[in-house]
Amino acid sequence: MGGKIFAVLIVIIALASAVPIMNHTFLGASVTLPEDISTHGKAIDDQLSVTMKEAGISFLAAQLVLGLFVWQFANRKGATKTFPGGATAMVIVAFLFVGAEVLALGMVGSKAWGMVYFKPAASDALPVQAQAGQFAFYFRYPGPDGKFGQIHPDKIDEGNSNFFGLDPENDIPARDDITAGELVVPVGKEVNLMMHAKDVGHSFYVRELRIQQDFVPGLDLSVHFTATKIGKYEIVCTQLCGLGHYNMKSYLNVMSQEDFDKWLKSQSN
Amino acid sequence: MSDMSVHAAVHGAPTSFIRKYVFSLDHKIIGLQYYALALVAVVTGMVLSWIMRVHLVWPNAPIPGLGALAKVGAPGGVVTPEYYLQLMTMHGTLMVFFVLTNAPFAAFGNYFLPIQIGAEDMAFPRFNMMSFWTTFVAFCILISAFFVGDGPPLSGWTGYAPLSAVGKDAGPGQGIGQSLWGISIFVFCIASLLGSLNFIATTLDLRTKGMTLSRMPIVTWAWFITSCIALLAFAVLMPACLLLILDRVTGTSFFIPAGLNVGDHIQPHQGGSPLLWQHLFWFFGHPEVYIAILPAIGIVSHILICNMRKNMLSHRVLIYCMMAIGFLSYMVWGHHMFLSGMNPFSALVFSFPTLMITIPATIMTLIWLGSLYGSNLRINSASLFCLGFISMFVSGGVSGFFLAQPSIDIYLHATYFVVGHFHMVMGVAAIMGVFAGTYFWFPKMTGRMMNETLGRWHFFLTLIGTYAIFMPFHYLGLAGNVRRYSAFQDDFLVPLIPVHKFITYAALFTGAAQLIFIANLVYSRFKGPQASPNPWECTSLEWSTPSSPPPFDNFGGQHPVVHHDPYQYGVKSSTGDYIMQTSPGPGAAS
Repeated sequence: MGGKIFAVLIVIIALASAVPIMNHTFLGASVTLPEDISTHGKAIDDQLSVTMKEAGISFLAAQLVLGLFVWQFANRKGATKTFPGGATAMVIVAFLFVGAEVLALGMVGSKAWGMVYFKPAASDALPVQAQAGQFAFYFRYPGPDGKFGQIHPDKIDEGNSNFFGLDPENDIPARDDITAGELVVPVGKEVNLMMHAKDVGHSFYVRELRIQQDFVPGLDLSVHFTATKIGKYEIVCTQLCGLGHYNMKSYLNVMSQEDFDKWLKSQSN
Repeated sequence: MSDMSVHAAVHGAPTSFIRKYVFSLDHKIIGLQYYALALVAVVTGMVLSWIMRVHLVWPNAPIPGLGALAKVGAPGGVVTPEYYLQLMTMHGTLMVFFVLTNAPFAAFGNYFLPIQIGAEDMAFPRFNMMSFWTTFVAFCILISAFFVGDGPPLSGWTGYAPLSAVGKDAGPGQGIGQSLWGISIFVFCIASLLGSLNFIATTLDLRTKGMTLSRMPIVTWAWFITSCIALLAFAVLMPACLLLILDRVTGTSFFIPAGLNVGDHIQPHQGGSPLLWQHLFWFFGHPEVYIAILPAIGIVSHILICNMRKNMLSHRVLIYCMMAIGFLSYMVWGHHMFLSGMNPFSALVFSFPTLMITIPATIMTLIWLGSLYGSNLRINSASLFCLGFISMFVSGGVSGFFLAQPSIDIYLHATYFVVGHFHMVMGVAAIMGVFAGTYFWFPKMTGRMMNETLGRWHFFLTLIGTYAIFMPFHYLGLAGNVRRYSAFQDDFLVPLIPVHKFITYAALFTGAAQLIFIANLVYSRFKGPQASPNPWECTSLEWSTPSSPPPFDNFGGQHPVVHHDPYQYGVKSSTGDYIMQTSPGPGAAS
């Protein structure tokens, strides 16, 4: 009795679990994933879909076979039988199929990874500096001179909006730097985001952009992307950074080049 | 039992209550002490998860009684954001170290490894006692963090620096509680190193006559392989914790770089690296997953063979797979750090061995399934939990296939997808192994049977409940639901709250179902029917002892002699369809 209940239950659980997987696989990624607004995101989404198919089939097959065998052989009497082929067959099947899957996914997946990480940012990409601190993101644009001013951690003064610790009195490139609480970028233009942590570890995550990258104190990291759709998207922190972690957020504001130029001008005034 | 040679015991029978039950040298009592400690830790950890789940979906609801226990963290019983993270840190630390390392490995391993190889005790009984009591001290240090001024630590069970290293400037939960966390884990490492050395020496040196390595039961192999992994893993975590404590207490800068402005204070540190902590921690952290799951794999295989009344298609291949997993576990730690800023090429180097782990894991699953085919599977609480384990191992395993790929990890890293993955494969699956072991070995440990009806109710409710909790985590992750948030306020997270409510109900339900287990455990210990010496008709040496529980020297002044491979089922013999390892005479053709 217990065996039959288990068999039925595990089949029900497997099928119920698989409904969202099927949705994802056959109705397209948009059912579960937010819309992709990046040039590289499709490669990641495709990789996810292929993996979903392979993992989904493996998951369903294993659970259904488990249910079937338990249904069939629970409390059975008589001489035991051996599965045709025995362990050798299992080892060969695992090496051939899973080995091929590993190689294929690994190879294709590394391309998607490379699009984000192996190619340096284009030389004409828009440079923006991002700073993460407990519990806010700030962004900095170099201004007309194209140069960022030096950061002085001891000069950070949030009360006077000196979020980056700039020293405009002594540092000429710092004078025209533009600081903002949102990441404003022009649509279709590559952005080179230079990341700097003020205090502890944080992370930059925009679901729609298919970008996530840690801020690591002491390390100058960068990540580059091109946003393809005008709109406002949430930036959240995904690295535990303290009590306000859940509340640490900002926005990615993607504008037309024209609107962006206007915005930049209004900020420098 | 007919074939035993007489030997003197390694230590005499205990004469006082203290030496018998408290500072005992007997590996069986020490095993039970580990089990009891794991039970206390798992109940504590589960209650913490209940509070967290309730807070996530009803953030302003006062939790009865909590206001009095945590005046600062939960004024009026309402959990503050920082207290949520502190409970989360304690939950993770308790579960990973004091439950998943202690129960399947230290508790059952201590009790049954020496018996299964025909030894009287561990190789170093005093070290063994010291291992347990050192673990107990580590537990007390960790729990004491609840009662210090600034409250328990807040940096997660991974304790990422510099948050965990810079001290109070980083906010609440970074005071003495965080130091106690580091000290507790450091002490735990000492205990685990002593314990794993003891397991290795015992397995290699104390096997009885005829017990060759290839005649060891599969679960003995699992504990042996786990000990080797633990020896290397904890040996790295221990100095890492020491460096963390030094950074916090003496002002060194192992993990803290220059120029940090934390809480409006320039930190007096320079030259350290946060990534050093991550490398050291995950060099331990990934093998730790296998320290939790390999003993469960062994327990489940051992119990299934007995209940299928036939050997696995190949129990040797299963052992090789466990070795392969243990070996690969040291090459994959970087897959926790794909987005940490380390060289992007190394992500691919760490990704391949991670994906390769799928091969031995698939072989094991296929062997379990293929062995079920044509078996005479006996259904009981223990075998049901083994089947549940296989199902969970598959479910938690396939999601690893996503996270092993750096490109997909860009999207899924730090989301509930990860939480669902590791809870299923290392949490629930390993715990299912512990439940299976408890129902299976209870008659040997106590001389009484557990209630079968309650056992089955416990199993089915746990199976449904754990799937209801952890499957939806994956879908939340696909929607980008970030983990370690104490409230869901972002525009894209608010619509997911109904899913979280469902999970909270499932968690409360599943937790309540565990009361059936506790009740069964307590009731059967005192009122359960007397167990026959070998109720499951199993062949390995733990079922050849002269009594249940076995005498202090396990075999009553004798050493068993082993004549067979461990799993002689489906054969004709005077006892039925099986031949004990100690029975002289011909075995099955295998």
